[in-house]
Amino acid sequence: MPDATTTLPRPAQAGTSPPGEMPGERPIISVRDFNFFYGKNQALHEVALDIPERQVTAFIGPSGCGKTTLLRNFNRMNELIDGVRHTGDITLAGRSLWDPALEVIALRRLVGMVFQRSNPFAKSIYENVVYSLRICGLRDRALLDEAAERSLRGAALWDEVKDRLHESALGLSGGQMQRLCIARAIANRPKVLLMDEPCSALDPIATARVEQLISELKKEFTIVIVTHNMQQATRCSDQTGFFYLGKLVEFGTTAKIFTSPSEKRTEDYITGRFG
Amino acid sequence: MTTDKTNSGGIEGSVARRLPDFFRWITALGAVSAVFVLGWIFWEVFEEAKPALEEYGLGFLTGAHWQPNRDRYGVLPFLVGTVATAVIALLLAFPPGLAIAIFLSEDFLPRTAREFVRFVVELLAAIPSVVYGLWGIFVVVPLIQSLGTWVTERFGHLPFLSGPAYGNSLLTAGVVLALMVLPTITAISRASLVAVPRTLREGAYALGATRWEAILGVILPTAAPGVVAATILALGRAMGETMAVAMLIGNSSRLSWSLFAPSGTLASLLANQFGEAEGMQVAALMYAALVLVALTLAVNFAGEAVLRYTERRTAGIR
Repeated sequence: MPDATTTLPRPAQAGTSPPGEMPGERPIISVRDFNFFYGKNQALHEVALDIPERQVTAFIGPSGCGKTTLLRNFNRMNELIDGVRHTGDITLAGRSLWDPALEVIALRRLVGMVFQRSNPFAKSIYENVVYSLRICGLRDRALLDEAAERSLRGAALWDEVKDRLHESALGLSGGQMQRLCIARAIANRPKVLLMDEPCSALDPIATARVEQLISELKKEFTIVIVTHNMQQATRCSDQTGFFYLGKLVEFGTTAKIFTSPSEKRTEDYITGRFG
Repeated sequence: MTTDKTNSGGIEGSVARRLPDFFRWITALGAVSAVFVLGWIFWEVFEEAKPALEEYGLGFLTGAHWQPNRDRYGVLPFLVGTVATAVIALLLAFPPGLAIAIFLSEDFLPRTAREFVRFVVELLAAIPSVVYGLWGIFVVVPLIQSLGTWVTERFGHLPFLSGPAYGNSLLTAGVVLALMVLPTITAISRASLVAVPRTLREGAYALGATRWEAILGVILPTAAPGVVAATILALGRAMGETMAVAMLIGNSSRLSWSLFAPSGTLASLLANQFGEAEGMQVAALMYAALVLVALTLAVNFAGEAVLRYTERRTAGIR
């Protein structure tokens, strides 16, 4: 619907931004005229937005508003569900996600994902972290070791697990498991890290650690995070998009969305009047 | 354990308040009687086997001759036959059984077609054992007979393939047993594969895994306890199966290592001889029954141990 996009400044065409711009200014993901359907049910209406590189972009909105649906399109995860279809396009670094030359496997190596509930595999901590490298065919022990340490350090978990890398990942605490899943997602150095309510199953202390981690990780990765927690969005994101009933109501810097939203619905939501 | 007081909250009257206790006693009774019956069976078999236990001792297990007319009883040929047929059955049934389970747990077929195939496979378990035996006599026996003749002529110098080839043989019983345990392996493996949380599958896909990488590297290891349980149940079933085996194995008490030689299992021995047995033969048969029970119990204990081990490795996922 047109009103969803009118509040947005018309984004520049992807790939036309001048080279040499500061990181954070160039969009890495661009969504254009995007509609998404589960069978007959339309979950997203005419969404358009640009996600800047090496920043944290948060999607907020009440349950069922489409924010997770959009997130799961960025790595084409929705295609595991029968009867989905879309119109419009999403580009990653100027290239359509549905470009026939871009295999979905390759896409998912560029766009990592952390899920709402941590999902470590029934393997050792080490094997969990290097899983993506193993399936790429990497066998070199030294390279695997190096990647495991780098990723676990990156996920602020190394010091806690370095002495038990070969024990089952399932003996970790909930917060550690979620950080392990982050380590696993960054092991093959994706460009983008998608996080689908990564703290919703964690206690406040574990949540604080993951949030701290997010601000560390944005130095290297572009992060898109879906959250129900508005404090979380203000604490760790640079850009915020507010979704309601499958439409992107407002998208802008987090400071603006939370201090002077231009839309009444945004204001109602962030002040807790509904949702 | 205390009864849940909140359950009867708001309801007046002692009957309503006692209801939870009442149900607890009924369930306890069921549980206790199951244990009691198991003990009873064991005790009864043990009592009946006593004369043979005292007479033959452990030599019964290693004796290779079963000659009722001379009161010589050794159960080794049947022990070998029991283990061999069960192992053959598992070797033949496990690969296709697991393959079917994986096929049916993925979305290769539309849901209705999948459900239909699943139903048909599980229907295999509903066919009475005696019908399997009859089918075996008409189909598998001639097949094994001609296969055996061909094989033993060429590879007869190998002890496992030595001739002469009989239609009623160890292999025949193993092949039919494989069909009988296939639905057990498939049904339980499929259930545990389906129970693998979707988040794990998505986790693997999100890291760029292909479908087969996800299945072999993540889903199957997570479902391993269920697959192990399926295999143990199948093994137990194969070792205890009586009717079809008695109809197909040839019921020989001669110890032979050839796949194409007639053999016997503990269960088929009991079924064949118990009706006409008297005196020491009854005791010897009860001793054989005791061995069979001990064998299946040992398999179940071993299975339980393996199951716990694999479960510990995958605990906390669900």
